[in-house]
Amino acid sequence: MALSGMRGLSVFISDIRNCHNKEQERLRVDKELGNIRTRFKNEKGLSPYEKKKYVWKTLYIYMLGYDVDFGHMETVSLISAPKYPEKQVGYIVTSCLLNENNDFLRMVINTVRNDIIGRNETYQCLALTMVGNIGGKEFSESLAPDVQKLLISSSCRPVVRKKAALCLLRLYRKNPDVVNIDGWSDRMAQLLDERDLGVLTSVMSLFVSLVSNNAEAYWNCLPKCVRILERMARNQDIPQEYTYYGIPSPWLQVKTMRALQYFPTIEDPGARRALFEVLQRILMGTDVVKNVNKNNASHAVLFEALALVMHLDAEKEMMSQCVALLGKFIAVREPNIRYLGLENMSRMLLVTDVQDIIKRHQAQIITSLKDPDISIRRRALDLLYGMCDVTNAKEIVEELLQYLNTAEFAMREELSLKAAILAEKFAPDLSWYVDVILQLIDKAGDFVSDDIWYRVVQFVTNNEDLQPYAAAKAREYLDKPALHETMVKVSAYLLGEYGHLLARRPGCSPKELFAIINDKLPTVSYESYIDVEIQQRAVEYFELSRKGAALADVLAEMPKFPERESALLKKAEDAEVDTAEQSAIKLRSQQQTSSAIVVADQPPVNGSVPASNHLTLVKMPSQNITEDSNVTYEEPPVEIPKENGAPVEVESKVENIPETNIESKVEPPAVHPASQADLLADLLGPLAIEGPPAAVEQNPVQGLETNQSPVGDLALATLEDQSNSVQPIVNVEEKFHILCSKDSGVLYEDPHIQIGLKAEWRAHHGRLVLFLGNKNTAPLLSVQALILPPSHLKTELSSVPDTIPPRAQVQIPLEVVNLRASRDVAVLDFSYTFGTSLVNVKLRLPVVLNKFLQPITLSPEEFFPQWKALNVQNLKVQEVVKGVKPLPLPEIASLFMSLHLAVAPGLDNNPNNLVACTTFFSETTRAMLCLVRIETDPQDRTQLRLTVASGDQYLTFELKEYIKEHLIDIPRVQTASPPVPVQPQLPPAAVPATYNDPGAMLAGLL
Amino acid sequence: MADTRETFQQIRFILLQNRQGKTRLAKYYVPLEDSEKHKVEYEVHRLVVNRDPKFTNFVEFRTHKVIYRRYAGLFFSMCVDITDNELAYLECIHLFVEILDHFFSNVCELDLVFNFHKVYLILDEFILAGELQETSKRAIIERMGELEKLE
Repeated sequence: MALSGMRGLSVFISDIRNCHNKEQERLRVDKELGNIRTRFKNEKGLSPYEKKKYVWKTLYIYMLGYDVDFGHMETVSLISAPKYPEKQVGYIVTSCLLNENNDFLRMVINTVRNDIIGRNETYQCLALTMVGNIGGKEFSESLAPDVQKLLISSSCRPVVRKKAALCLLRLYRKNPDVVNIDGWSDRMAQLLDERDLGVLTSVMSLFVSLVSNNAEAYWNCLPKCVRILERMARNQDIPQEYTYYGIPSPWLQVKTMRALQYFPTIEDPGARRALFEVLQRILMGTDVVKNVNKNNASHAVLFEALALVMHLDAEKEMMSQCVALLGKFIAVREPNIRYLGLENMSRMLLVTDVQDIIKRHQAQIITSLKDPDISIRRRALDLLYGMCDVTNAKEIVEELLQYLNTAEFAMREELSLKAAILAEKFAPDLSWYVDVILQLIDKAGDFVSDDIWYRVVQFVTNNEDLQPYAAAKAREYLDKPALHETMVKVSAYLLGEYGHLLARRPGCSPKELFAIINDKLPTVSYESYIDVEIQQRAVEYFELSRKGAALADVLAEMPKFPERESALLKKAEDAEVDTAEQSAIKLRSQQQTSSAIVVADQPPVNGSVPASNHLTLVKMPSQNITEDSNVTYEEPPVEIPKENGAPVEVESKVENIPETNIESKVEPPAVHPASQADLLADLLGPLAIEGPPAAVEQNPVQGLETNQSPVGDLALATLEDQSNSVQPIVNVEEKFHILCSKDSGVLYEDPHIQIGLKAEWRAHHGRLVLFLGNKNTAPLLSVQALILPPSHLKTELSSVPDTIPPRAQVQIPLEVVNLRASRDVAVLDFSYTFGTSLVNVKLRLPVVLNKFLQPITLSPEEFFPQWKALNVQNLKVQEVVKGVKPLPLPEIASLFMSLHLAVAPGLDNNPNNLVACTTFFSETTRAMLCLVRIETDPQDRTQLRLTVASGDQYLTFELKEYIKEHLIDIPRVQTASPPVPVQPQLPPAAVPATYNDPGAMLAGLL
Repeated sequence: MADTRETFQQIRFILLQNRQGKTRLAKYYVPLEDSEKHKVEYEVHRLVVNRDPKFTNFVEFRTHKVIYRRYAGLFFSMCVDITDNELAYLECIHLFVEILDHFFSNVCELDLVFNFHKVYLILDEFILAGELQETSKRAIIERMGELEKLE
């Protein structure tokens, strides 16, 4: 054993080693740190040797895990030392102690540069090494040209040039602009002719990085790579020292094959033939040998060759050879090879035509799902997930469920999610789906997110045939002694809604059902709910449970509601009902409450409701309601006027909509102040309004509306047609746009009526509630509402009462089913009479494309294969969009988020680009993945290139147009200038020079 | 992470740790804060230390992969991108160990403890910017000889 060569350092290390416990070690370290600190303070007395010693000690202490918050300055200053030993320490310790963002580094940029351009080769190496390891953007800008010179200099020794190559790679990663592509492709081609394999190894890494960003520019290098591979495959002219267990540098072979995977295809027939020969040789000629290292090295090359064959989408024969090899690998005992076999088989799934061959290995793969090594199990899980389809879903999902029993914590979440997704995607029948999800909740309730059980509820609700089955299943689970909270919730919901279907079965009478649910409910933690509504229901439920004999009435089967008229409204309508009727109303309102106890009577949205989004609870000031039930009503968030009359959102969640320009909004000055207050405010106040407000004839808002930019032609077209004497007192256009990205708010308001809207979306279903609030003390008559649906929407509007009593509010549910992708918009044709005036408005409903999108986050391994697989005409379309609102990228990102497109940072390594993923739901497409990419031009923010891909050409087209509409004209523009119209498809000639061929660009990412 | 490009294809860090979790060498090629480094070292140690020798040499670590190999009581771990070639890095570790073995003639943990500064020097000749720089054992040993003469 050799000692450090610095006595003081060796002694210190020995001392540390001799410490018996952590406390002793800390004392020793503190003592040393104190010593170093004092010595550094009066630096004058320090010899270069001592400085060096202390700096190494500092690094040692840092390595032990102690914070070293001083000595950085001293370390960095050693870089400028005149002699090699101190300089060396300065460079090496600096690159261990500091990271690229440290300010001290800036001070030495000049010294570093002088070392790089100086004559001393050793100093050049030190400087290149440090910059290569921790150089940041600033280094990139000031040093790149000098580093390039060293790389291509013929007078430099290999030891400098290989460092220069990797140093340049670092600088390029920090700032791609430092490598000017024009000149570099030729230089790169020359560099790939390098004979020194050390330099070539480094150059190849640089090349991989360059080509990954822009394969197009380096076509000329492709044949060189093939030649390098040929040379290595034949072991031609490879010095002994560059073979590893007899294999010509496996690392260089791997890197070279990696570089080739960035080229979309290899067209040159000569190069292609030569390459396939090499690949064939690797595929056929790799044997399993005893020596582990040799085996690993040859298989490293083999797996890279497999990846390249898959990338090149080689002839069928070669591909089936690959599958056969992988089939062999997943059955071997050697864990690394088996792991890689599984991993590569998952990648293989993306190649067409081999899925069926892979399926033959299903049993073998399932064995790996039971392997003791979690790494192997993860690969097996991924592969099973990837290869699952309708034919094998039952078997695979059942295996996953079984595995869930024994799976460790770290895997359960992923496992449950995957099982749930597969069950939904490939369910052969819905009852099986219900079974699977209930089992999932039972086995791993903690990992079943609310979304999953909401979905079950939704399926059951929409499939009558399923309801008795689901209810019976739920009932079975309730017999278990210990139940997960989620299971209680879902069973309570299902039995609450469909328990009556079981009424004749033993143990399923309403009373028994009630008793058993009541028994389990205490395990559900209502107090944790931030949603006031849920808390309220919980209290009601508690009260109800103490009703005693009256309970039987309450528990009576829920009668069908022919129309959704609220009990409250009924009362408001007729205050003088006789007592008999009153008790009927009372009963009904209780029943209504009872159905709402278990889960609110709307599709469940509890649990996950964020605090910022809580609903405003309002008590209706109805006189005779007070004592019998605490019925509460959810109101859509509404606007309360500020002093200046500008509406302010009550709801605190502002989302990502650009702020409204308040000044430009003009409120009708003539309106009575109180009448500006909306219905809600009226109700909150003690009925302060004396009479109906005067109808406003000349409403400035109208002028504003018509002057506004021709966004949303439909709304304006219909607005112009409306020759009503009563005019809206809100900007209808703007309200519509707000509701496009929010799910509750005001849709329309005039002096007599306010129409609010609240919506909930589940996959391709939407459930909207229109709130029609009469603001007057006189009734609104001849109320009519009609939906004019576009062909892609199925809508069902509940019946609308002919009259809305004074100060009353009516809720009208509207069900929407999305059949396919379209940008067309449903219109609500609404009319009423007040006094002598007939008011008729046509309002666009915010049932827009993005409501059926659900953002999804994809990892690069999920994204790129999909992106590649969609390289099909019409499925992936691209367009250069001009006249775009010049937005900085983060703003585009937030716009995307408001459209439910999940921006995935890091997928595209060009900082000017942005990639987003989402899932679109419709009846025809079901859940369909959509991928979006935009490439902006930093020089010209008014144009960008938009690429949209999905598995459905109509969806692709509609989504592209939809995004375009938002990019070109952000909703709610306040400026009077009309937006630049959408430009149709531009000829490729118009593509700015900074853009490259899309295929090549994305291949660069792969 | 400051730069998305760093997520592509490079060694993010190399750790040498003993069974007790003491770090013998730590080299980061991506900028991390000190606290983050300590966390990473702790987590990687926990991840690899109890794995059965019959298991794979690959473990998923956050969004990356750790390729590790155990030599006596020492764990050599490299964190790489999940799409990287695992076996190539696994043998990269072995090559590094062979170089250390050659340099210290029959390397043991104590050599690496008392000469940690030399280990850093050797590593800098072997890997740079998170990429393999030189795969010839002879070239590296010769280079170390040159450098020792200068001290």
